[in-house]
Amino acid sequence: MLATEFAPLAGLIGGILIGLSAAVLMAFNGRVAGASGIFGGLFTLNWGYEFRWRLVFVIGMLAGAAWSGLLFFDSSAMAFSGNLPTIAAAGLLVGAGTCLGSGCTSGHGICGLARLSKRSLAATCTFMAVAIVTVFVTRHMSGV
Amino acid sequence: MGRFAIFVSGLLFGSGLAISGMVNPMKVLNFLDPAGAWDPTLIFVMAGGLIVTLLGYRLAFARSRPFAADVFSLPQSRTIDAKLIGGSALFGLGWGLSGLCPGPAIAGLVFGRIESVAFVAAMAAGYVATRMIAASTPRVAAEG
Repeated sequence: MLATEFAPLAGLIGGILIGLSAAVLMAFNGRVAGASGIFGGLFTLNWGYEFRWRLVFVIGMLAGAAWSGLLFFDSSAMAFSGNLPTIAAAGLLVGAGTCLGSGCTSGHGICGLARLSKRSLAATCTFMAVAIVTVFVTRHMSGV
Repeated sequence: MGRFAIFVSGLLFGSGLAISGMVNPMKVLNFLDPAGAWDPTLIFVMAGGLIVTLLGYRLAFARSRPFAADVFSLPQSRTIDAKLIGGSALFGLGWGLSGLCPGPAIAGLVFGRIESVAFVAAMAAGYVATRMIAASTPRVAAEG
């Protein structure tokens, strides 16, 4: 476990940008800015509009992170927890879970809650609670 | 205009995730660990994102249709079922094990870490496999 610095201002500015992203995508394209659904929609053999808008969004995401990494985010501070097999297993769970649960932190936690969706509230409470319990168990009960 | 708006939305999303530090999995794990090295930054990200999305969606829905699309494509399901809760729980488990959820994991790819690549590849596999299984199982395919 590695301490990270509490940065409320950077968090708030980043959050506002994420909110603007969701607002722009809804106002112009009528779509929910949910990362898991956008990502999952890339894996198709039909490269029509549904594929292409998602690809453009993901290219924008990568460009946004890249330029922010040059100016505002020190990527050398990025620290992962666990070995590669654990990280890959977590990726499998996140892929399967967001597919079954129809959304992730952005789709349910931001866009869904902003639409006052009870489904998204239930989903957000569930994944938050399970994640907190998981971290408690791995960090405080297994002697790691 | 539509494609440009999608790119800008992606750009804002990726920038927000990097500037807020959410692309750093240790920062997210520390948020999920109130009993340990707690870093509450994520609350500010969620709060900023939610407030702006709430206001932005109000403005967007004040119009009868999006600027660059025919309709608002919104999730129609209203049922809180085992699929939603179970999927969200699996997602929460993977999120708690790794500190990675889909948006930050994808945006973080630009920083070139092998862990990011492993996670995103596994996430794609988990998502696609689950979608294929769901499509071949009528009982869980109801929601699409």
